Amino acid sequence: MRSSTFGIVPDLSNIINQDISLEIFRRMCRVRYFEKGLIEAVKNGTITYPIYLSSGQESIAAAMSLVIPEFMIFAQHRCHATYLSFGGDTERLKDELFGLPGGTSGGRAGSNCIQCHEHNITMYGHHGLIGENVPIAVGAALGSGKPAVSFFGDGATEEDYVFAAMGFAVSHKLPVLFVCEDNNLSILTTVDVRRSWSMTNVAQALGMPAVDIADDPWTIYRKAQEFKNTLPAFMNIYTCRENWHMGTGTDGKPEWDRFNLVKEECNKRGLANKICQIEKETQDQMKELWDKKPLQILSKR
Amino acid sequence: MGQKTVADTIKEVTRNHLTNNHGLLLGESITAVGWVNNTVPDCPGIVELPMTDVAGAGIAVGAALVGRRPIFVIRFQDFLILNGSPLIFYAAKTKELHGKGAPVFVRAIGADGLGPVHSGILHSIFMHFPGFRVCSPMTPGEYEEIWENFLANDDPMIVSEHRVSYGNTQELNDRIVDNADITLYAISSVRFELHKAAEMLEEEGIKCNLVHLLWLKPFVVTERLTEPLLQSKKGVVIDPGYEIAGASQSLAYELNQATGYKVMALGLYDRSKCLCPPLQNKTPDAARIFDTVKILLDE
Ligand SMILES: Cc1ncc(C[n+]2csc(CCOP(=O)(O)OP(=O)(O)O)c2C)c(N)n1
Ligand SMILES: [Mg+2]
Repeated sequence: MRSSTFGIVPDLSNIINQDISLEIFRRMCRVRYFEKGLIEAVKNGTITYPIYLSSGQESIAAAMSLVIPEFMIFAQHRCHATYLSFGGDTERLKDELFGLPGGTSGGRAGSNCIQCHEHNITMYGHHGLIGENVPIAVGAALGSGKPAVSFFGDGATEEDYVFAAMGFAVSHKLPVLFVCEDNNLSILTTVDVRRSWSMTNVAQALGMPAVDIADDPWTIYRKAQEFKNTLPAFMNIYTCRENWHMGTGTDGKPEWDRFNLVKEECNKRGLANKICQIEKETQDQMKELWDKKPLQILSKR
Repeated sequence: MGQKTVADTIKEVTRNHLTNNHGLLLGESITAVGWVNNTVPDCPGIVELPMTDVAGAGIAVGAALVGRRPIFVIRFQDFLILNGSPLIFYAAKTKELHGKGAPVFVRAIGADGLGPVHSGILHSIFMHFPGFRVCSPMTPGEYEEIWENFLANDDPMIVSEHRVSYGNTQELNDRIVDNADITLYAISSVRFELHKAAEMLEEEGIKCNLVHLLWLKPFVVTERLTEPLLQSKKGVVIDPGYEIAGASQSLAYELNQATGYKVMALGLYDRSKCLCPPLQNKTPDAARIFDTVKILLDE
């Protein structure tokens, strides 16, 4: 059953190298504080295009990007965390959200279609049909022989073409990691209202290793390391979205806040000072990024 | 020599692409039931897709994104309805959105008289969306031309093939006559009916220019297309697909805008294709072309 502790492997934060823990946290911060600046920009009216926030779900991409940095990435619509954790440039993302030429797709695509083909990152933009990136990732792995990761939501999971493509990956032994960022919501409808089956069971029935876990980044890190060697594989990761499906609004407190849980865990491991420092540094960087005045931004048009 | 058929040409182009060009060919039951009307060679690079038409098209698009220039084979164009989402939403948009093309060569095979689910001609739908090249080659030379065009560009291409063309060895050339009364523009399988229609009309003293349309999109209105119409002052565009919002209407409009002369559209009636006559709603044949021209000229 979905919970903040489901499937967590105990004591990993102690076993896994501290540098990894700190880097996971740094990447989570990057997303959280980038989006805090973004939320402000939406609130004060400088950004008017639709946006899809990753806040609350940061730990998945943060941990995954440390295990599979070289994979081709096929992100879903909620993709800021993926882009930023795998090393995407914050300026370019910001420009894209403003619809500016310096953006990741020259300002033509927007928040839910972020791509990256620089800094050794190969990330293809989503085009808005949920789950479409699953067959496309499978085809890219088939065509190139290179490994790919496909991120998608619990809603996208239900699209017929998703499991058809996962089945094809099993038949052809393709190196694809399928990752469901399961926030229990398709817009506002919870999983239990939509279906009675588990995608993890489906994936296992198709013949691939599959696991259900909460978004504890150390567990994600360890499972991804294991699964990387037995692809194709499927990970269903329980997580919580902080904001509305689209836009910056909130519906009260999320079920859990992994960001704070990770901080607490790091503190327990004696990393309090370093964590504080990372958080402060990231806050400052993002403040500087977002402090650039709208006029400066408009002048770039 | 004119001995090579369209099917032979497709096979040859495919074999070369798969063996020398690191290409791929994907489709359902490719290596069974006559190897798709004997148009697919037995060579490495063929990927048998499971019967999953949406995901299958997505897999082809993924292979296109990473540079394999896949040939995606659809035995009956009707299935394009399912194949459509990855093609339309992903392959056709990626260049404009992200500056990266997904060149997939979609072999969409048309047929007629096979009932409600195997007789569809759907190229018009793809003309509607930005990002595709759409063509309908009916001769060996045309097939070679469109293949070169595919390789020279990075757009997804909808190739509206037709079974009636596979045995054809001849090029189909325009025929322009002096003092023509009408210019007939034909698409796909209709092109094989043109001469018969022209003969029927000539028996009534009606002289026809015959113009063959290979490219549906981009549809470049050249002098080859406008000159005969400027002379005959009336035209008809005939297509084996539905007339309403279809290729015949769309291209008739273009030709009309370019010349100021009346151009009619002739395609399928606004009815489902059924199995048995007289409800088959078949491709406009010589008799229907004849009737349409008579109406137009009597006006
Ligand atoms: C094919 C398709 N159907 C429906 C939609 C409308 N839609 C957009 S996002 C969304 C919810 C997706 O939920 P999920 O996949 O769980 O991702 P999340 O937004 O929760 O991260 C839906 C239904 C769509 N974009 N594409
Ligand atoms: Mg969801």
